[in-house]
Amino acid sequence: MNHLDALPPWAAILVAIFVLLGALFAFIGSLGLLRLKNFYQRVHAPTLGTTLGTFFMLAASITCSTVLHARPIYYEILIGVFLTLTTPITLMLLVRAALYRDREEGSLDVPHNRPGE
Amino acid sequence: MIRRWFPHPLLSALLLLIWLLLKQSLAPGTILLGALLGIALARMYDLLRPPRARVHNFHLLGVLFVRVTLDIFRSNLAVARIILARNRSLNSGFVAIPLDLTDRHGLAVLACIITSTPGTIWVSYDSSANILLIHVLDLADEQVWIDTIKQRYERLLLGIFQ
Repeated sequence: MNHLDALPPWAAILVAIFVLLGALFAFIGSLGLLRLKNFYQRVHAPTLGTTLGTFFMLAASITCSTVLHARPIYYEILIGVFLTLTTPITLMLLVRAALYRDREEGSLDVPHNRPGE
Repeated sequence: MIRRWFPHPLLSALLLLIWLLLKQSLAPGTILLGALLGIALARMYDLLRPPRARVHNFHLLGVLFVRVTLDIFRSNLAVARIILARNRSLNSGFVAIPLDLTDRHGLAVLACIITSTPGTIWVSYDSSANILLIHVLDLADEQVWIDTIKQRYERLLLGIFQ
């Protein structure tokens, strides 16, 4: 089929397990986006995809290319580093926008700057 | 003189490391180009007049890294269980945490930790009162969360950055 045929069976099984685990966590995260009830609960769910989901995908990629090229290849680690550094920015932006809107609307579900005001 | 050319030695070293990782080689040419990039980009970064980061304790940085990695694994499983559970009444809410940490780099790392750990999100930080607001997905007891954040992460960050 392609160069993946060159992968020995033990490595292929290991890579498959990693990919499936990564996909599973990303899927559960997306499912959470659907099942949880309000905005603040829902923003928690995708972090599953950006942490363990990504972790297992990267582990699969590292295992696969390391075995194929018969030398350690691990620059995928950088994807993890950059993802960890940048997700807080997006999440904070979303959450703060939602909080601002809810405060403006006088919602009772969110804390206000000065309690009792 | 040295300060002028190496305003952020740690940043330069990190950029060089990233460059070497990307190129996957230790050839002299790669190292030279990486070092030049590291120095040039750090000088450019200095134009933004960032507050200086001081890492006092590299050992604690390692402890923090291991602890956060374990916590991310654990809370991934916890949040996955919450999502998959049927009809579970979920008590989520906001927690206000009074912080002792004021170093901006320490706060940035804390933000990365809190948002990277599924189940907690950094909502807002009031720098005048030094109060951090987070949202917790599975909130049972506010005091437990305040203690967790303060004991597990803030104490280490205080040791590293302040």
